[in-house]
Amino acid sequence: MAGIEVTALHKRYPDGTVAVEHVDLSIGDGELFVMLGPSGCGKTTTLRAIAGLERQTTGDIRIGDTLVNDLPPAERDIAMVFQFYALYPHLRTRDNLAFPLRAEGLPKAEVRERVDEAARLMRLGPLLDRRPRRLSGGEQQRVALARALVRRPRAFLMDEPLTNLDAELRADMRTEIKHLQGELGTTMVYVTHDQVEAMSLGHRIAILNKGRVEQIGTPLEVYDRPASLFCAAFIGSPPMNLIEVEVADGKLRSQGGLALTPPPGLPRDRCLVAGVRPEALEVTEPGAERSVPARVVSAEWLGDEIIYVVDHGGQRDVRVRMPPTVRFAADAPVGLRHTGGTPAVYDVSTEELVA
Amino acid sequence: MAVSVDEAMSTGPVRDHTPPARRFGGRGRSVLEIALLTVLAVVMLFPVLWMIETSIKENRDVYAIPAKFFDFTVTLDHFKDVFVASSGRSALSASFLNSVVVAGVSTVLATVLGVPAAWAYSRFAVKAKKDQLFFILSTRFMPPVVVVIPIFLMYRQVGLIDTKLGLILIYTAFNVPFTIWMMKGFVDEVPAEYEDAAMLDGYTRLQAFWRFTLPLLLPGIAATAVFALIFSWNEFVFAIFLTSSDDVRTAPPAIAGLIGGTTVDWGLVAAASVVFALPVLVFAYLVRKHLVAGVTLGAVRR
Repeated sequence: MAGIEVTALHKRYPDGTVAVEHVDLSIGDGELFVMLGPSGCGKTTTLRAIAGLERQTTGDIRIGDTLVNDLPPAERDIAMVFQFYALYPHLRTRDNLAFPLRAEGLPKAEVRERVDEAARLMRLGPLLDRRPRRLSGGEQQRVALARALVRRPRAFLMDEPLTNLDAELRADMRTEIKHLQGELGTTMVYVTHDQVEAMSLGHRIAILNKGRVEQIGTPLEVYDRPASLFCAAFIGSPPMNLIEVEVADGKLRSQGGLALTPPPGLPRDRCLVAGVRPEALEVTEPGAERSVPARVVSAEWLGDEIIYVVDHGGQRDVRVRMPPTVRFAADAPVGLRHTGGTPAVYDVSTEELVA
Repeated sequence: MAVSVDEAMSTGPVRDHTPPARRFGGRGRSVLEIALLTVLAVVMLFPVLWMIETSIKENRDVYAIPAKFFDFTVTLDHFKDVFVASSGRSALSASFLNSVVVAGVSTVLATVLGVPAAWAYSRFAVKAKKDQLFFILSTRFMPPVVVVIPIFLMYRQVGLIDTKLGLILIYTAFNVPFTIWMMKGFVDEVPAEYEDAAMLDGYTRLQAFWRFTLPLLLPGIAATAVFALIFSWNEFVFAIFLTSSDDVRTAPPAIAGLIGGTTVDWGLVAAASVVFALPVLVFAYLVRKHLVAGVTLGAVRR
């Protein structure tokens, strides 16, 4: 087991496309580290560089204490699980699992022992004599996981391993992966574009955009204080409301008169945007205490909650999360009230968190 | 390895059941269809049947007027004449051997050169990849006959006129672009993750290609090679321009050379044509499943 250090990684393809602009990561030993971002943000390229499947243009990668820049994938002692499971189609499950061990040249008895252990861990018993095309997607992915862990590598690299599964199975496998990682205590780098996966799995999350790291933090940090407007719009469903505000008499005020508690140390003379989570707002009867007038544009009834979309004083499409018991008709005049704490505030020109 | 690409790629045990074939209109329509198909089949197959018939008729039946369709004496003399001459081996049999060598070697060369190239174009970020691929394809845009004269002049300079090597080289040159393009489609269909996984499991990139990708490509290679072989086997224009002596000449110009004397031995021409057509037919029949896979590949997206 080992931590992974990525320093000033830059990857440029021969055709001139820059996949990774600049990435620094410090992944702790035994950590489940998630790289999250939209497609084309460089997360997969970063992962493949760690695996040794891509050679970075510049920058260093260390696994444990070893500088692995010039090591081929096989010598990095890592295992990878792919989105497309990449099980060898001509081998039975048992041989798929044994394959990397035989490649290492382990004695037969030990190969069998380790395969059995991995099969037990991933509950593959009945599948051991089938070939990949006789397995369902979920089963194939379990085999792929088992093949990764059978080697007892220093780190697991997961490249969107659940994307091809259907929703229910994905939730099950998420739990399984998290449990497995906790039990084995092996460092895991997990790439996904799914924020739910990232939030539920990661000890820490790195949000990548356009080949750069926008933010690294625990799921809660990332959710509560997104480091940039990009993160604010990316995390959360529905995402944060970004409300233009200005500082007036000790308060942050929106055009519609919504007043928020300003965080300390706000810079003056700048265009500011406050990030307010939908659950930090409340739709009330019109004219309720501390509320400002607003109008319901639409309501999404999700069963366990209602997402109201309201307009308020020139600010369009403010999303508010309410319990299903509170009901307002579309187009109804309502009040809008802030109930949360100090919001995150962003500078419009730099798009970064200022306080 | 007997896995076809489709089988190997399917990710789950559940298979799509194709809907039952669409029914055509009433009975009248199907009668019409059968009639049309019969006419078409007769028109298409008659020359082939006539060739086969002529090859086993005695000479007097070949020239009989009115033509004899069924009532003739069967003989294999013409086939004997194809292979054996009074002085030992016939010139025709030598030309068949030349065809085998030229078509075989040029196909093998095109495959050996084209498959790794296709793999590289499919897997790696190559500078100006699209332009390179377009350039490769563009060599097939013009009809080959356009370059006969330049090639003839060049070959005369370097002494490749009237050599088997000359024919092998020119056929390989025509087959490599075709092989690259066709094989690139097949390689694209084999997920690169197999190689990635194998590399993480301790193999080098070439080993990964050799042990995992190549076996999955075999159906595609078979299909591509058959097409290349058919091209080389049937090629006539370059063969007749670039070769002249009997011990270099391939079968197509040799058979054509049988026609044109004061009398034409049609029985011998027909028998030689049958012998010439057989190997490709047999070969294509053996790999027909892969041929269809090769032709229809990419038509259906998964």
